[in-house]
Amino acid sequence: MSIQENNQLLRFTTAGSVDDGKSTLIGRLLYDSKSIFEDQIEQVKASSEKKGFDYVDLSLLTDGLKSEREQGITIDVAYRYFATPRRKFIIADTPGHIQYTRNMVTGASTANLAIILVDARKGLLEQTYRHSFIASLLKIPHLVVCVNKMDLVDYSEDVYNQIVADYEAFSSKLDIKDVQFVPISALKGDNVVERSKNMPWYEGSTLLYHLEHVHIASDSNHIDCRFPVQMVIRPHTLEHQDFRGYAGRIDGGIFKPGDEVKVLPSGFTSRIKSIELNGQAIDEAFSPMSVTMTLEDEIDISRGDMIVRPNNQPEVTQDLEVMVCWMNQQALQARTKMILKHTTKECQAMIKEIQYKVDVNTLHRIEGVSQIGMNDIARISIRTAQPIFKDSYRRNRQTGSIILIDPNTNETVGAGMII
Amino acid sequence: MGTYYLPHLKELEAEAIFVIREVVAQFERPALLFSGGKDSIVLSHLAKKAFYPAKIPFPLIHIDTGHNFPETIQFRDSLVEKLGVQLIVGSVQESIDKGRVREETGVNASRNALQTVTLLDTLEEYKIDAAMGGARRDEEKARAKERFFSHRDEFGQWDPKNQRPELWNLFNGRKHIGEHFRVFPISNWTEMDVWQYILQEQIELPSLYFSHERDCIVRDGVILAHSEYITLKPEEKVDRMTVRYRTCGDMPITGAVLSSANSLEMIIEEVATTRTTERGTRADDKRGETAMEDRKKQGYF
Repeated sequence: MSIQENNQLLRFTTAGSVDDGKSTLIGRLLYDSKSIFEDQIEQVKASSEKKGFDYVDLSLLTDGLKSEREQGITIDVAYRYFATPRRKFIIADTPGHIQYTRNMVTGASTANLAIILVDARKGLLEQTYRHSFIASLLKIPHLVVCVNKMDLVDYSEDVYNQIVADYEAFSSKLDIKDVQFVPISALKGDNVVERSKNMPWYEGSTLLYHLEHVHIASDSNHIDCRFPVQMVIRPHTLEHQDFRGYAGRIDGGIFKPGDEVKVLPSGFTSRIKSIELNGQAIDEAFSPMSVTMTLEDEIDISRGDMIVRPNNQPEVTQDLEVMVCWMNQQALQARTKMILKHTTKECQAMIKEIQYKVDVNTLHRIEGVSQIGMNDIARISIRTAQPIFKDSYRRNRQTGSIILIDPNTNETVGAGMII
Repeated sequence: MGTYYLPHLKELEAEAIFVIREVVAQFERPALLFSGGKDSIVLSHLAKKAFYPAKIPFPLIHIDTGHNFPETIQFRDSLVEKLGVQLIVGSVQESIDKGRVREETGVNASRNALQTVTLLDTLEEYKIDAAMGGARRDEEKARAKERFFSHRDEFGQWDPKNQRPELWNLFNGRKHIGEHFRVFPISNWTEMDVWQYILQEQIELPSLYFSHERDCIVRDGVILAHSEYITLKPEEKVDRMTVRYRTCGDMPITGAVLSSANSLEMIIEEVATTRTTERGTRADDKRGETAMEDRKKQGYF
């Protein structure tokens, strides 16, 4: 395990069902990277015995809640952690069944990388298409297709090559920049952490090596300066009588003291006086840093405002075109009023129109739908009560995303990506 | 031009500060649940950073079981003074005296389960609508599915099957009257991250975390401090041991580990090579496979 302090953090998501060996793969990564403790293994051994298994079921390591264990399925997104001397990893472990599209979307929203599991015996299935589509919709920058259960196809290079060819043909229709393929056996450990002796024909890296080395420093937007204000800090003490700091997290670009900035929606311009955290000056602030910013001029700024550069501004609009994933039992119909959250801004919104629904298995558009249900993905038009400072999701995952909240139940019912 | 990425501790810090600020922006009466353990100490350090040069704009709440280590209480009081924050103490003893809860009896009696009632009463008394805690997802399997913003109904209960989806960094803290939230800003930290951060930031900790000599007994494989709260079984005997603590709970249920680690560097070395989880030393989690999940549903963290 790592005792270094300057590791990068890689967030990845794994989608798949129990049959794909997803839980076994995660168990393998945790186990082989020595992230599993004795008492955890003891618990898993005891549970395996109780179930009458004659082997230690590593997949039990990732089964969380009582009801899930009883049913042998994963209901919700679970987060797992491990570290190697190079990187710290956060796994968003999501179930793969179609009824859990919403969990996959949730896990994918913060991920740098997605692992798609393909059973070597079965090749590409409907759920492979679905997982890949969601990864591309959520703009996960990196994808790794793990062709699993290679031990059950005699580690055949031909089987692997065929799956790679099939996947490449299909993924050309998707918006994914970086796809890697790794033939593995999660159960036997081939090419997960250790190089496989059974597949000398494979010259690429192991899964873990790839996770440790994939280039993620460019995943954040460092071009378009975006600083949504979370809150205003005013100490009201003698020592800091005139201090007025804008607290928030950088969502894009690189801010420096002295930069000319513009505040939305007021349109006033000023210069950055200081960027700091805990009284310590910061020379350059970039995503995803949390900072406190002060400006040269006293301007009325509050939560929900956005500080940007005068020559690079987001679009200010009340009309949004959005790809939405619906997450609630209660179906969505046009003309419904919702609460919309975008960066630190919250306002009322009206669903004006449902344009079309996407069949997540075939990617076909279904036109003429009057409502969208749980786990549906659809393109909708929204009118907001206040102007939104938006970028396209493709350009910036933070300033291009929204959630919809049902004003009656207060539940988060929709996740939207601005087109 | 530099390389524009944050080392993992900086990224985790930025995420936690963002969450703490969201709480203050979205709620009327937030509070920080302070156990005296290292996670809540790190949390108060992050809160200080989030609002500097202003003071932390919410109180610390300590649920005092009456079975705390004296070191924890001393540390708590000195930290509160340094930070200049308000401290609210909810007393389990008072809940017992008022008849709100009944004390467990027998040799394994503990006040751990009772504190849930005191906690919920205290939150209600002060009308706290968001209680931040230092719980982490890597601690226990029921916590792996916990949200940053965890919605609780009017009975303070957690409904794991009906959690709000949490996407990007858009946190939904909307609620009906009587409901409240538990918020976990360091959800994504591991035990190792916490220790590395404590070292990096030179955060002060109670002496319990460092190696010291103490009178202990061994019960069910767990090393417990001998104290007035422990009833000895006939076969048990008290030994002087060199120990330290990995978590800080109640004296009768928090297990120590044999250790000579007396500096942060040595502790990190020990954590890196250790083979049991930190909650493996907690007797309260050994009450059944789903002990934590069951307590969470009732309103424990």
